[in-house]
Amino acid sequence: MSAPENDRIARLSAAAQRIRGYALHMGEVQGQGYIGQALGVADILAVAYGDQLRFRPEDPQWEDRDRFLLSIGHYAIALYAALAEAGTIPLEELDSYGSDESRLPMSAMASYTPGVEISGGSLGHGLTVATGMALGLRHLGNPARVFNLLSDGELDEGSTWEAAMACAHHGLDNITAIVDVNALQADGPTAGVLRTEPVLDKWQAFGWHALRVDGNDIAALVSAFDEIADHQGAPSVLICDTRIGCGVPLLMEREKAHFMRVEEHEWQIARTQLEEGSPR
Amino acid sequence: MTTTHHTTHQATSQASTAPTHARPAKLKTSAMIASFADPGQKTTPAPFGHALNQLAEQRPEIVGLSADLAKYTDMHIFRDKHPERFFQMGMSEQSLLGTAAGLAEVGLVPFASTYSVFATRRAYDFLCLDIAEPGLNVNVVGALPGLTTGYGPSHQATEDIAILRGCPGLTIVDPCDAVDIEQAVPALAAYDGPTYLRLLRGAVPRVLDEYDYTFQLGKAAELRTGRDVVLISTGLMTMRALQAAERLEADHVDVAVLHVPTIKPLDTEAVLAVARTDRLVLTCENHTVVGGLAESVASTLAFAGVGNRIVPVALPDEFLAAGALPTLHDRYGLSTDSIVSRVRAELQASGRTGGDAGEPPSL
Repeated sequence: MSAPENDRIARLSAAAQRIRGYALHMGEVQGQGYIGQALGVADILAVAYGDQLRFRPEDPQWEDRDRFLLSIGHYAIALYAALAEAGTIPLEELDSYGSDESRLPMSAMASYTPGVEISGGSLGHGLTVATGMALGLRHLGNPARVFNLLSDGELDEGSTWEAAMACAHHGLDNITAIVDVNALQADGPTAGVLRTEPVLDKWQAFGWHALRVDGNDIAALVSAFDEIADHQGAPSVLICDTRIGCGVPLLMEREKAHFMRVEEHEWQIARTQLEEGSPR
Repeated sequence: MTTTHHTTHQATSQASTAPTHARPAKLKTSAMIASFADPGQKTTPAPFGHALNQLAEQRPEIVGLSADLAKYTDMHIFRDKHPERFFQMGMSEQSLLGTAAGLAEVGLVPFASTYSVFATRRAYDFLCLDIAEPGLNVNVVGALPGLTTGYGPSHQATEDIAILRGCPGLTIVDPCDAVDIEQAVPALAAYDGPTYLRLLRGAVPRVLDEYDYTFQLGKAAELRTGRDVVLISTGLMTMRALQAAERLEADHVDVAVLHVPTIKPLDTEAVLAVARTDRLVLTCENHTVVGGLAESVASTLAFAGVGNRIVPVALPDEFLAAGALPTLHDRYGLSTDSIVSRVRAELQASGRTGGDAGEPPSL
């Protein structure tokens, strides 16, 4: 890898670690949160916001911005961390996460938070709204791109596939879906709740340019996003296998749960483990 | 407020010329695309599509989309004129409404059409969360509202208003005729918020141009005044209410008609103004008696401390039969005859009389 490329990876890895740190901070303040998922998608968010998206942190309504749509509202804690890293949300505001009157509610909503494009939470919506944005931007001659982060559990929703068909039919190459495959959903492992594999084949069959990478490997993410940016004529999907709790062994080794319980004394341990840069 | 009495309804059909050769008598049909226009009634073809085209000339941000029902929601008129501004979403109503939201998010003003049953029952979560919650200027256009098809419960959106009235911030419009639709379309686009239009499609009766009337979003209009009876009506039932009023006039029963094209937000001031009265008050709607105009008016009266009884002319709280529309409108009480009978029966039961002379109406 070239020196500039090494610098790029190092810069994004550092950003991902800070995003993890912010998420842990919010989790500790509130005593809860979807911290396992946040640690899992931190690398994806670091690459998206730190390397791929065109946006102006001081002007979240800039017309020509690339849109990043979070379908999975409960990943708010991760998105706020990324928006803080990006400079859209002041760092000190993270202390208010999940509190009354806060701009940072537990489930992400556009009307509350600068930089949050849609109100997620009811799963299966994000890709449909992304479809409209991508169609509309192309219609208006605006080169901005649309990204939608969805989860593997969200692939259960039929509307996701309605939108997948529409994006391919309309040749929306300005749209990139990112699927966080952590193989876990509310009632247990995805393989047991409702089998979604083979995920790559499904998207390809729906007419998408589909790639699958280790979602906790910054270099792999960067090279996949770069390839997608150049791809024309069809929508792209980046399927990212991620590890819940990634970066914090205490949480990685815990029994996998959609809503991970963290005891009060464990937050400090988690932060220490993260700062030590434990192997993933 | 303008009083318009016109005693005879001139049937001026645009299209119907009598066949020159004998044909076997047509069986009544339960076809989906049955027209509810009376035989020989003046109609306008596809008023929604033509109104949208006209609006599109002035407003480049107007776009249209449909879920494999452009042809059956009069959206094909727009699609054919502005193919680059029309987006076909296929038979996927959730995607239709989510996509409409996305188009509005980037500054376009979409009209998204499908059947009312699909927009409300199937895709409500998308209408609610993607369109209404962010307050987007998306105009959802639902065809076959209430009982306007003989296809049975799969296509009869008898409870669409009931589903949608609870949605915060959503404007609901139930137009009477082609005039209402032509005037509502630009008004809905001009209003910077989410709307739902109960579409009348195909050969749509043209009634309101006989009255001194202009559609105003959120406003009711008293089309006739009357001393004995008040009909508070919406949608195509205003056409029937006006016909009933004329029929009753011949019996010296003086009937007022308040047309309420906007169901939400309801023009409560106008409703209270006509319903705070000793007159017999009926509501008329092409919708189940649950959660529509009748209950909107009832709650308006109750919340204002007005204890008047109102008589609902509405569809029963049940899944309706398949069949020919005239048969079904008779059976379920939406026909002009039904309204006239209800008024007469109620007047008799309450010992009230119509007319100056105080004579009982002929029954």
